Amino acid sequence: MTKELLNKDDINRALTRMAHEIIEKNKGTEKLCLVGIQRGGVHLAKRLAAKIKETERKDIPVGSLDIAFYRDDLNIRKEQPTVRRTEIPFEVTDMKIVLVDDVLFTGRSIRSAMDAVMDLGRPAAIQLAVLIDRGHRELPIKADYVGKNIPTSLAENVEVELKEGGLEDRVILKKIA
Amino acid sequence: MLKEKDLLGMKELSVDEINLILDTAAAFKDVLGRDIKKVPTLRGKTAVNLFFEPSTRTRTSFELAAKRLSLDVINFSVPTSSVVKGESLIDTALTVQALGADFIVIRHSSAGVPHLLAKKLTASVINAGDGTNEHPTQALLDAFTIKDKKGNIEGLYVVIVGDILHSRVAKSNIYSLTKLGAQVRLIGPPTLIPKEVEELGVKVFHHMEEGLKDADVVMMLRIQMERQSKGFFPSTEEYSKNWGLTPERLCIAKHDAIVMHPGPMNRGIEIASEIADGPQSVILEQVTNGLAVRMAVMYLLAGVRR
Repeated sequence: MTKELLNKDDINRALTRMAHEIIEKNKGTEKLCLVGIQRGGVHLAKRLAAKIKETERKDIPVGSLDIAFYRDDLNIRKEQPTVRRTEIPFEVTDMKIVLVDDVLFTGRSIRSAMDAVMDLGRPAAIQLAVLIDRGHRELPIKADYVGKNIPTSLAENVEVELKEGGLEDRVILKKIA
Repeated sequence: MLKEKDLLGMKELSVDEINLILDTAAAFKDVLGRDIKKVPTLRGKTAVNLFFEPSTRTRTSFELAAKRLSLDVINFSVPTSSVVKGESLIDTALTVQALGADFIVIRHSSAGVPHLLAKKLTASVINAGDGTNEHPTQALLDAFTIKDKKGNIEGLYVVIVGDILHSRVAKSNIYSLTKLGAQVRLIGPPTLIPKEVEELGVKVFHHMEEGLKDADVVMMLRIQMERQSKGFFPSTEEYSKNWGLTPERLCIAKHDAIVMHPGPMNRGIEIASEIADGPQSVILEQVTNGLAVRMAVMYLLAGVRR
């Protein structure tokens, strides 16, 4: 069973609002950068950067982060996570980093991402932006910017489909078979 | 995904598996370029280097690769172990496993030892050189280096020069590079080229001038001095004169050919010093890439289901 939670326009509006919130909270774009978590977060980080540029007329640095080497579930996963490149072409030390991910769930990926960023330098601050917060946190982690809060059950999956991945923009809820 | 818990040889790996290792190694090479050159991936696991043959380079590379993955590492070398007291190979390996080893990196003078241990152990066995059979991580780092320098391996002319007969590096590279679509040529004295090697899909030459033509990659092998006394070649001077890589000979290869050597080199014998230190040499990059490739192998083997 599949249910559409957000369509193309909903996603666009949510990202527009998040971009404004990011600028507001950080009082502009000084020392601000976006780091998308591979893979879904990377596309969203680029879109947020484009929206921030529309408002502030400034390019902010965007990077991508692969968290495979920092995961805590290597021993219990069925498959080794595919390793993708981490490309952060700027110094993270003293920067305000907004981590961007598609879905916030247990919080474990975010914990891994924070460890990965800390190994690259000492940022001034790390904030978190997610398109969907589906609940069920297993760690004390909270997003600073949320596109939409969606209460889910553990028997469901939230999937974010994006045009960068060759699909039409939408967020769907699926029952796990 | 890798199919087996062990890395025994390039013969056993599929093209997809080789490419997975090379792609994963690229991500680890990025890690090695950072200030903090270490990731917590394999924290709590243990690797044991079980070396029955002397080796500094390979052992050090495996040791550092393991440490960069946050593994604990123990070096178990023969003169200090119970092997000298007559403990059997399998008992030694089982003892090491009972100590809690997740990875056993083995080098042995007899071909097939890693394969035997792989069957007896639940730990992942990594072949770091077995007799004249294989040295898969060397072939993987060579493939990584070629891909890094040339962009692609398919269609390249790769020349391997020297003692092919006794070389596990050559053997592993022949399996690996032919699978990856390179055209492999071997050059060496007839006494040092195994009969029927052409069945593996390679071409054999005995003269440098013929074999080096249009080469994209020139891979030199170390000549083992002790082979001379066994009559495989008349003298090092004679060997050097016929099969040594000199600047004049390197001109026969493509102008942008890269020169590789697994080390340690005999400067002035199989390779001229000015080439080893020259702009076409990638010999030191091979060493750096070896770390990334060995990290990738251990990372991927850790994910194989038992």
